[in-house]
Amino acid sequence: MSNPNPEARTTPVSTAATEAGEGQKKTAEASLLADAWRSLRKNPWFIISAAILLVMLAMAIFPQLFTSEDPRACFLERNRQTPSAEHWFGTDIQGCDYYTRVIYGARNSIAVGFIVSLGVLVISLILGLVAGYFGKWVDAVISRFTDMVFAVPYILGALVFLNVIPTRGVREVAMVLIIFTWPTMTRLMRGSVISAASTEYVTAARALGAGHVTIMRRHILPNSLGPVIGYATVFIGIIIGAEATLTYLGVGLQLPAISWGLQLSDAKPYLTSFPHLLVFPLLFVSLTVFAFMTLGDAVRDALDPKSKKK
Amino acid sequence: MTRYIIRRLLQFIPVILISTLIVYALVFAIPGDPIRALAGDRPMSDAVREQLRQQYNLDDPFFIQYFKYIWGVFTAADFGTTFQGRPVLDIIQQRLPVTVTLALVATAIQAVFGVIAGILCTIYKDRFIDRLVQVSTVMMVALPIIAIGFLLQLVFGLNLGWFPIAGNREGLVSYLLPAFTLASVSTGIIARLLRGELVDAMQSDYVRTATAKGLKRTRVIGRHGLRNAMIPVVTFIGADLASMLGGSIVVESIFNLPGLGEQVYRSISGQEGTVVVGIVTLMVIFFVVINLLVDLLYGLLDPRIRYE
Amino acid sequence: MTETTTTSGTPLLEVRNLEVEFRSKTGVAQAINGMNFTLHAGETLAILGESGSGKSVTAQTIMGILDMPPGHITGGQILYRGEDLLTMGEEKRRKLRGMNISMIFQDALSSLNPVLPVGWQIAEMFRVHRGFKRKEARAKAVELMQKVGIPAAEKRVWDFPHQFSGGMRQRIMIAMAIALDPDVLIADEPTTALDVTVQAQVMGLLKDLQAEHNMGLILITHDLGVVADVADKIAVMYAGRVMESADVFEIYARTANPYTKGLLESIPRIDGAGERLRAIPGLPPPLTDMPAGCPFSPRCEFATELCTAERPALREIVPGHRSACHYAEKIYAMSAEGTEEARA
Repeated sequence: MSNPNPEARTTPVSTAATEAGEGQKKTAEASLLADAWRSLRKNPWFIISAAILLVMLAMAIFPQLFTSEDPRACFLERNRQTPSAEHWFGTDIQGCDYYTRVIYGARNSIAVGFIVSLGVLVISLILGLVAGYFGKWVDAVISRFTDMVFAVPYILGALVFLNVIPTRGVREVAMVLIIFTWPTMTRLMRGSVISAASTEYVTAARALGAGHVTIMRRHILPNSLGPVIGYATVFIGIIIGAEATLTYLGVGLQLPAISWGLQLSDAKPYLTSFPHLLVFPLLFVSLTVFAFMTLGDAVRDALDPKSKKK
Repeated sequence: MTRYIIRRLLQFIPVILISTLIVYALVFAIPGDPIRALAGDRPMSDAVREQLRQQYNLDDPFFIQYFKYIWGVFTAADFGTTFQGRPVLDIIQQRLPVTVTLALVATAIQAVFGVIAGILCTIYKDRFIDRLVQVSTVMMVALPIIAIGFLLQLVFGLNLGWFPIAGNREGLVSYLLPAFTLASVSTGIIARLLRGELVDAMQSDYVRTATAKGLKRTRVIGRHGLRNAMIPVVTFIGADLASMLGGSIVVESIFNLPGLGEQVYRSISGQEGTVVVGIVTLMVIFFVVINLLVDLLYGLLDPRIRYE
Repeated sequence: MTETTTTSGTPLLEVRNLEVEFRSKTGVAQAINGMNFTLHAGETLAILGESGSGKSVTAQTIMGILDMPPGHITGGQILYRGEDLLTMGEEKRRKLRGMNISMIFQDALSSLNPVLPVGWQIAEMFRVHRGFKRKEARAKAVELMQKVGIPAAEKRVWDFPHQFSGGMRQRIMIAMAIALDPDVLIADEPTTALDVTVQAQVMGLLKDLQAEHNMGLILITHDLGVVADVADKIAVMYAGRVMESADVFEIYARTANPYTKGLLESIPRIDGAGERLRAIPGLPPPLTDMPAGCPFSPRCEFATELCTAERPALREIVPGHRSACHYAEKIYAMSAEGTEEARA
């Protein structure tokens, strides 16, 4: 999880409805969305990732649909079995059915992803909007503060912080991840706002005497959201990877919680003898992360009129 | 230019101070007895405890403690000592080469593979090679780093047995798998970034001019297209080198490489606060300085950028 | 300059029945439908037309820098000293580019490489085509920059394009294009992006250089004013076809094509004070959906059923004056009359 590169991805959405009135603007936005949807439906990456995500989300919300076994029903006498017709993914060290464990692992991982991404999105929208719109010293203060947190590698910050929290659940892990990961998206939002704020219709709105809040809400926010929304989806994937990494390193979720990261962590000593213990949770983490990132990219491309040409 | 550098350096002072302060606070200002935190679960005599209190100026107010520490770092390269009395600088000196080697090998890998892939994509745009590279870079960018690490360990380490999967006893060869792991995400990003830039550049007016000058296609791409398209790529590679130190924590843990990242991880679990603070402070300084250098590099590569 | 024009022997450049189309998912656009012209040494041919008339595509096709795909050359020949460029080997053709046939583009700022010094870009011509060493090539670059009138060329040789003014940048483009003393110079709207005062200077420079090197100059423009000053011959293009071609004075005095007539009436004239300017009604036909007959017929005041049914060929009306119009003689007679009236 090296730092995902926001600058490279930044392609501010220019708007179709530049000097149009409010009514026209609505239709222009609607057609932009319809356009986006049309191009998404044709994008195979979008279809694949959306399908994977639907399955993963169903797994997270209704794991009972996928398995009738209890993930905590473990019998030492059947431990460390390799995959078979009875136990599709084999059994783990404690003799739990590994398929059931992996299915039940989806919930915690995806929950952390969603909570963190939502939290970071809220912070980024507020800070990015304020910094990008007001500029000058407000921007300077927020940007420098962002730089400072950005300079601390988030895996490191989270490691240090989580290490001193004795009991760590989804809430704690999510909180800490939010604290250390918000700068990337905030920078993206700020850049997006700056390019939206420098457009002529904003100048025009300002000349007509519109208030700050109105301009931000009506003109800037809708036009700067595109890349940020796409990135927020990508970000869910990044965070699911980060949670698994932290838990694997021993500072994330703790037993008796069930999570892919914990399964990876438990499996590490058996890398050579029982690789299936590693392969299955790894496969699920990878698929989920892949699906979120690909979906986010597809959405961002679809919302960005300029990227379509390529 | 000089004025710009000075101004950027001045701006960086608060960034460095506060970033390191955040880390310092995390380690030393947590509720409870910091000495207990320092010692972890190990028993400690009162004499040692008193000595440590003195050494870390723990009887001073928090900010004074911090400033005394950071003053020591910048004036005397004094990163404190471990609980056992070993200078943290000593540990850093011992471990730094491993991490630097890892980061440099990874940077070389991502630069070479990413750039070649990006060029191939542009030359064979919308053909099979382009599609193949695009699909693989999507995978590379989207797979979590631990997944890639384990995958490489399983396939190339265990099944094929080509590379060692842990430690660094076999010299440079043992750095290959970890470096590929650390480089994978960025290789994908570089390939995609360069493809986008180069495709744009190849459609630009100045490349049309270069063709009209009667240059060979290789020269048109190499001298005129790439020269422009590489600007964001080079800055990305630079900026990525800065964030690699953070990524090294995970990779070094997976592959048991005795570098700074693995040391930080171990010290965090072992609650050796001084080591953590020392190494992290160093990493933050690296990060900030590399980013400044990247900014300046950008100006060298693109003559249109003016520093004021 | 007309004195040096030789109409005998093999022309420098001859374009015969050139056809170019652009293919995309949505359809086929006929960018050029049978382009014909000849160019001799020392001669200036102006290709005149609105945007989308195919004049830039013609230039790019001659240069061999057309993007293919989407462009496809579907027919015709481009003869350089009697040799067909379109069937020539790629390597041979590449060597002709820049060396024998070179080109100046409209927007010098985007056409010069932004990250390479201008001197380097000029010197590159000598290094690649002539194999000059770095120092020799640099000296040549300075020399050329002085020749095109860049002050303090010695000092500015390592400056970047963005550090020059628009006119100076276009001069640098010119220096690069004439570096290897080409026979044919194609100038695609060379002054459109410049201020009016600078335009005249740059055109003057082009004219001087042409006379000095006895180059054949193809001037692509939509500006009738520029044409009158510089050109020897004019080819008026409309919807990918040549509508009329003749000597410059001939066309201004007696046009034989309704489109040219419309163009001439749409520009203000110094001697025509008080006259109302007339615009040509309507728009050019979409290239993807060309009318079966004369492409100008939907907008033409003289159009008849014949015009919408049959596409007129480009034919000689009087020696050296060709027009693609069924009623060319009628228009020719009309405009000749008009000129007499104006003189009276």
